[in-house]
Amino acid sequence: MKYDTEVKISLKKGMLNPEAATIQRALALLDYQVENTSTVDVIKFSIEGQDTGLVRKEVDEMCQRLLCNPVIHDYQIKISPKEE
Amino acid sequence: MKVGIIRFPGSNCDRDVFHALELAGAEPDYVWWSKRDLSDFEAVVIPGGFSYGDYLRAGAIAAITPVINGIKDCVEEGKPVLGICNGAQILAEVGLVPGVFTENQNAKFICKWTELKVNSSRTPFTSMYKKNEIIRMPIAHAEGRYYTEDLNQLRENDQIVLSFESENPNGSMEAITGVCDEEGLVCAIMPHPERASETILGSDDGLKFFKGMVK
Repeated sequence: MKYDTEVKISLKKGMLNPEAATIQRALALLDYQVENTSTVDVIKFSIEGQDTGLVRKEVDEMCQRLLCNPVIHDYQIKISPKEE
Repeated sequence: MKVGIIRFPGSNCDRDVFHALELAGAEPDYVWWSKRDLSDFEAVVIPGGFSYGDYLRAGAIAAITPVINGIKDCVEEGKPVLGICNGAQILAEVGLVPGVFTENQNAKFICKWTELKVNSSRTPFTSMYKKNEIIRMPIAHAEGRYYTEDLNQLRENDQIVLSFESENPNGSMEAITGVCDEEGLVCAIMPHPERASETILGSDDGLKFFKGMVK
């Protein structure tokens, strides 16, 4: 069975986010006053697996080993059966 | 002393490091990232650059290549390992040194000469400097802001090797720009000692990093 996977990677709460700060300043230049700007990285792929639980376990391992740096990142995993 | 200079797609300053190592009296040779066995070498340097285009995070992809297992063997055998700039980011990603070097506070690539304090002279690389000596070396990075959750531990274990003096250009925690592992044999620094290895370059303050390694 194939699954669509989405990993959302964000900086841990309280971590400085220079990219978001720059975007917020740029929005202010256009007279948009916004607060609490943040950015997230999204990585998507499809993967073969037996069931959602096993796929989640494998993707979690990918996050720990490569996709995220646990020192600074939080991540969310979304798994859904692949739409044909 | 035979020293391996690790090369990834996107490495740079590898030839500068080669030259600086020769000046220091070492016998350097290049090593491609796919090589697993580093037993021929007595020390290793990971140079700067933008390995794998800095995709994902600076150093993240280089950190999972076969040569890293060879470097881990070197560490277990007590051989000195130096990571410069991208090399420092790689060592942090691997977890051979604590913390992470991430995006500069001002979101800019910063390329300039900096004043640095040698906080610890217990590593081979800093053994020829006096503790608290002020030296000049250039930095050239966009992701050099040091962050760690274990600052107290770093202080207690004397793992802070280099810090910025007089200014903190990238917003690093406590202006830290060089750290080592607990043993002091793995050293990760953002400034480029090879770019400060001859007076014609503006300073030869960095040469002692290589001389100390060879000593």
